[in-house]
Amino acid sequence: MMPADELMNLAIIVSFAAVAVSQVLSMVRLVIGPSTGDRILALDTMVVNAIGLIVLIGLWQGTQLFFEAALIIAMLGFVSTVAYARFVLRGDIIE
Amino acid sequence: MSLFLIVALPFLGALLPGLMNSAGRQAVGGVTFTVSLAAFIGLLTNLPAILAGEVVQTGFNWFPQLGLNVTLMLDGLGFFFALLILGIGMLIIVYGRHYLAREDNMGEFFTYLLLFQGAMVGIVLSDNILLLLIFWELTSLSSFLLIGYWKHLEAGRQGARMALTVTGMGGLAMIGGMLILGNIAGSYDLSVILQNREAIQADPLYVPALLLILIGCFTKSAQFPFHFWLPHAMAAPTPVSAYLHSATMVKAGIFLMARMWPVLSGTPEWFYVVTTAGLITMVLGAVIALFKHDLKALLAFSTVSHLGLITMLLGTGTAFGAMVAVFHILNHATFKAALFMSAGIVDHETKTRDIRILGGLRHLMPITFVIATLGALSMAGIPLLNGFLSKEMMLKEMEKTYLFGPEWLVPALVTFGSLMSAAYCFRLIGHTFLGKKRDPESYPAKPHDPGPGLWLPPAILIVLVVAIGVAPFLAAPFVKLVTASVIGSVAEVPDYTIKIWHGVNTPLIMSIIAIVGGLIVLALFKPLLAVWDKTPRPEAKSIFDDIIAALLMWARWAIHPLHNGAFTRYAMIATIAILAAGYHAWTTGTVGEAVRAVQPIGWVEVAGWVMLAAATVGLASLHHNRLLALILIGIVGLMVSVGFVYLSAPDLAMTQITVEVVTIILLLLALNFLPNVTPEESPLWKRIRDVSVAAVGGLAAMALSYHYLLRDAVVAPISEFHLANSYKGGGGTNVVNVILVDFRGFDTYAEIIVLGIAALLIYALTETLLSGPVRARLLNRVPDKPLSGTQHPMMMVVLTRVMMPVVLMVGFYIFLRGHNEPGGGFIAGLVVSIGVVMQYMASGFAWAEDRQRFPYHGIIGAGVLIAGLTGIGSWFVGKPFMTTDFTYVRIPPFQEFELATALLFDLGVFLAVLGAVMLSLESFSRLARRAHIKDSDEPMDIDPSRDQAVPNTNPEGV
Repeated sequence: MMPADELMNLAIIVSFAAVAVSQVLSMVRLVIGPSTGDRILALDTMVVNAIGLIVLIGLWQGTQLFFEAALIIAMLGFVSTVAYARFVLRGDIIE
Repeated sequence: MSLFLIVALPFLGALLPGLMNSAGRQAVGGVTFTVSLAAFIGLLTNLPAILAGEVVQTGFNWFPQLGLNVTLMLDGLGFFFALLILGIGMLIIVYGRHYLAREDNMGEFFTYLLLFQGAMVGIVLSDNILLLLIFWELTSLSSFLLIGYWKHLEAGRQGARMALTVTGMGGLAMIGGMLILGNIAGSYDLSVILQNREAIQADPLYVPALLLILIGCFTKSAQFPFHFWLPHAMAAPTPVSAYLHSATMVKAGIFLMARMWPVLSGTPEWFYVVTTAGLITMVLGAVIALFKHDLKALLAFSTVSHLGLITMLLGTGTAFGAMVAVFHILNHATFKAALFMSAGIVDHETKTRDIRILGGLRHLMPITFVIATLGALSMAGIPLLNGFLSKEMMLKEMEKTYLFGPEWLVPALVTFGSLMSAAYCFRLIGHTFLGKKRDPESYPAKPHDPGPGLWLPPAILIVLVVAIGVAPFLAAPFVKLVTASVIGSVAEVPDYTIKIWHGVNTPLIMSIIAIVGGLIVLALFKPLLAVWDKTPRPEAKSIFDDIIAALLMWARWAIHPLHNGAFTRYAMIATIAILAAGYHAWTTGTVGEAVRAVQPIGWVEVAGWVMLAAATVGLASLHHNRLLALILIGIVGLMVSVGFVYLSAPDLAMTQITVEVVTIILLLLALNFLPNVTPEESPLWKRIRDVSVAAVGGLAAMALSYHYLLRDAVVAPISEFHLANSYKGGGGTNVVNVILVDFRGFDTYAEIIVLGIAALLIYALTETLLSGPVRARLLNRVPDKPLSGTQHPMMMVVLTRVMMPVVLMVGFYIFLRGHNEPGGGFIAGLVVSIGVVMQYMASGFAWAEDRQRFPYHGIIGAGVLIAGLTGIGSWFVGKPFMTTDFTYVRIPPFQEFELATALLFDLGVFLAVLGAVMLSLESFSRLARRAHIKDSDEPMDIDPSRDQAVPNTNPEGV
């Protein structure tokens, strides 16, 4: 039997690895593109992964302080993706 | 009346004429006069104390650490000057009210005039010399504004600039001199300095201090070789010339020499410099004045000459010299102001000031003739007028002064100066007023005497001229009183009776030579003028212009290579300079031992670091594609936010995220007007150079951080204090927020003001663009790529509407808890503004603008006001600006919570940030309006509910 906190540690390490790898892979997608749409989506995925990363850091350090940061990214991070998309589609983002 | 009030009244009153401009000219003139009158009466209430020989003093500490205190002092000398300033000021206000034409902005004029009056009264009443310097500079500034009052005249603008350059330069020199003086005496208070004559004159720095102060005095009082600005200042309206440039401001230098007379005079340096400069100025001014054809130029040079005379008298360093100087200041102020005003009347009625055109005005303007003639005769030194008395005394003093060369040189020069002085006075009378009666049509305008508003003020002065001239015993006690306060304890007031007839003595003979010689010179004027016109002379204005041009060229040569407008240049210069300083510190300083070990690196951190580095390198190499560069910036921002979280700085992380979003929106708005690709502009060698500088700078910064991270700071950092006092003193557990709104609240206050100004500037630039020729081009832009058809997609509209309350709630929550947990007004402002921008993006500019009730300027202003008022609020409980307070309250059914005044301040920050962000985004998107795309009033393009409700919508929209 594995004690609970050891299991938790293991889970955190595995999650860190998963999120970090997906972050790097998104980055690769962002670099190779090929279209601007791909890049914007890659950036958006990176934002989602960053939320995960921040929550994981909070779990790992045992503090709730960082969850607001994650909340704000979750709430507002999509705005820049929408702005990029509107720019590509219409040029003018506020019309 | 308190001295404070006398000085403050003109400054406070200066607001009134400008504000009352729409109430009419009579009201503006009246209120200005009332302000001066109140100050004048206030001054007179101090007369009994002055007559009793007391010195009235008052004051409070302003910056005691710097020695700069508001201490005021009224003695005989100060009273004398204040009387001149306020008394003549009232006459000038009456005169100016009638002189200015209907199209002149009278409120502006009188506002400047009262500003000047306040500054001038401030000079003569200051006890603290640093305070005196402040008023001194204020007179230069108000004189600049008044000379250039007629902004449409090129001569006025240039004259104003020249006056400001010369007197401003003198003011700078004087600051140096005063600082040295204060340093020697150990105090900046005149009352202390004046007691330290021996210490100051024995000090090795006495001569530099003396020279610097004298440069200040000479520039202000137009002494050779700085005399040239005064004639050019005559482009001002005549009331200004009469007030500033003959009666008061130009006497400020003389006032200061008189004020400093007890400590500075009596040494050979003082004697040679001051007397020589005064003598040269007197003779030179008189000679030039004779050959000027413009009435005001003639009077200007005669003012220069008389100021020289007074300077020369102060330079002799004898008590009698000081007494004559005081007496002549009084006499000159009366007759010269009257003369200027009559010259103004002549100009006003005949529309010319050229003496060659005038003549014979005696018959057409009898009142003006009498006033001007009496003034000019007094200036020439004719008996029974006050000019005669002081001129006799001056000749008596100079008769035995020995300067350079043979013994008769100074008396001869002074007699020659008086001779020329008499000559130009006679010419003024003879060529303007005497002569044959001419047809009124032969002048540019039909001359006649003006109304009493114009002639009464000079007439009052002429009454004084005659009264003092006939009955000198009236003025004598007052002159002696003032003299006593000039010379202080250095000497006794001379026992000399001021009277008309002293018997036949040398001064009388010199005087007779001067007057007879003056008449002869006038008779020979034509041939003399021909000789004068043929003599080559240096032209002061062209020399001045050349010097300014040379300085400008030199400044450009020094500045342009450094400051060429390209950001890369500034960054390179800064980097190299910092590198050099750092290298110097590294090689000459010492470093402590490393006290910390290097921590192991986890691979998650490595992944983050690699992404950050890759994005940065990618950004540098791919920046020509602008949109791609922007996306890469997004990665940098994201990784930095995560980094802040990792390093336990949630405040910074939240700020970084929100700022990131706003920045992206702003840049995308701007990118809409830019080509997609930046052209390659710099040659290869430049890029290699810039890359290497950047790389070296980056490596050095890295080395420094690495080095620092392993060691403790040499001095304990201030963060210890913040941590210890945040809860105890500021009432909040979130140190970052307490620093922002409490410890460094003043900085934050300034920052939100700067933020507001920046947003307003963006707005102003947009408005300027849209009202100029660019507007048409902007409106008719055609996009360079095919666009998607949907302007306002339903999905986005619905999503942003649902998000809005959530965002507002989060913003409110973050704002309220900011004092104790991560958050605060700044982040909340950004969060809410993103929530609002979402609506703009979803439903379009026009739709959102229609639903915006408060203008964003107003929101910025409200924020700054709330923050400022919170700061001021602490005054009411007797605490310094921006002292915060907090308390704990309990309102059932809630738990106990804290209320801090810092929260109100934070509300100000919140509003200012919200307004600034929204105003700049809105201004940018205003630029993007295009003519052929109709603004839509509907929130979204496809709206099922609308389509169902009105099935038969006319597609033309009519």
